[in-house]
Amino acid sequence: MSDTTIEPPVTAEPETPVGYDDGQDHIGLAHHTATGLSNTKLAMWLFLGSECLLFGGLISTYMLYRNRQASAIGPDQLWDIPFTSATSFVLLMSSLTMVLAVSAAKRKDERGTRLWLTVTALLGGLFLAGQVYEFTVFYREGLGYTTSLFSSSFYTLTGFHGVHVAVGIIMLLSLVGMLAKGKIVGDKAETVEMVGLYWHFVDVVWIVIFTLVYLIPA
Amino acid sequence: MSAETTHSVLPATADEAAHDGSEVHEVSDKQYVVIALILAVLTALEVAATEVGLGSFLIPALLIMMAVKFFIVVSYFMHLKHDSGLFKFSFYVGLGGALVLYSVMLATFHFFIS
Repeated sequence: MSDTTIEPPVTAEPETPVGYDDGQDHIGLAHHTATGLSNTKLAMWLFLGSECLLFGGLISTYMLYRNRQASAIGPDQLWDIPFTSATSFVLLMSSLTMVLAVSAAKRKDERGTRLWLTVTALLGGLFLAGQVYEFTVFYREGLGYTTSLFSSSFYTLTGFHGVHVAVGIIMLLSLVGMLAKGKIVGDKAETVEMVGLYWHFVDVVWIVIFTLVYLIPA
Repeated sequence: MSAETTHSVLPATADEAAHDGSEVHEVSDKQYVVIALILAVLTALEVAATEVGLGSFLIPALLIMMAVKFFIVVSYFMHLKHDSGLFKFSFYVGLGGALVLYSVMLATFHFFIS
């Protein structure tokens, strides 16, 4: 009878812990997930896909009711296209500053990241201020929320978008604060990229709203 | 901003890219500025088309320019063009589903006829 002892199989220790919980940036590396992709990023894309359904409902409701005006006050009397074009341009440029923040985060330029995130938040605030001004003007012209089906659907659609911009600004400023205090756990570049995806989505929704609501005649 | 700086939108090496199911693509900050300028020009063209009035071509022209701007932002700023097919599927199923669902809804209310 042999007295040979059976050694337990030796398993190699992974160089990087599963799930990238070592506090380092792992941008560009395959993820240790079932799909090999970032679960966070997948969840964000699924969320944005579901947001298409939300805004699709609001946009089509507006399209259906845009000619249902209770009085003479309708889109043709209210819209100030040069002003709305300027605010649209501001939001479009905020997408540029956001992508520059993501770019800076990927090359680990933390100062640049914070700078571009702050500029993006400021541009978003400017857009939001323009929307508040526009709503105030329309209200003074006699277009209240319950004035007509047109006004209700218009304020609901653009208001929902405005709330998304406001949430985006809060996310951006929170991110700037967390980066400054070093409170981001794990992959910083991916965190910035996730906020960026949300911000760009808010921009693409406005691209659709600007054309369908403001530019196409009622 | 460093115009010379480039960053990998996705995995840094081909092996990593193969593992991640996505392509390697480098976009510089300068290219992002060019893309933003294209978007600004398209917005200006949209407004100009509305002011000039293109008759029956106005609505198709506006819709085409809107779609081009939409896909430029999604493809390049959101990097979906060079990203994993699963991310594309997740987003475009939502987008396509919304388009089909609400087109049917609007058609039910005779929106396209009136």
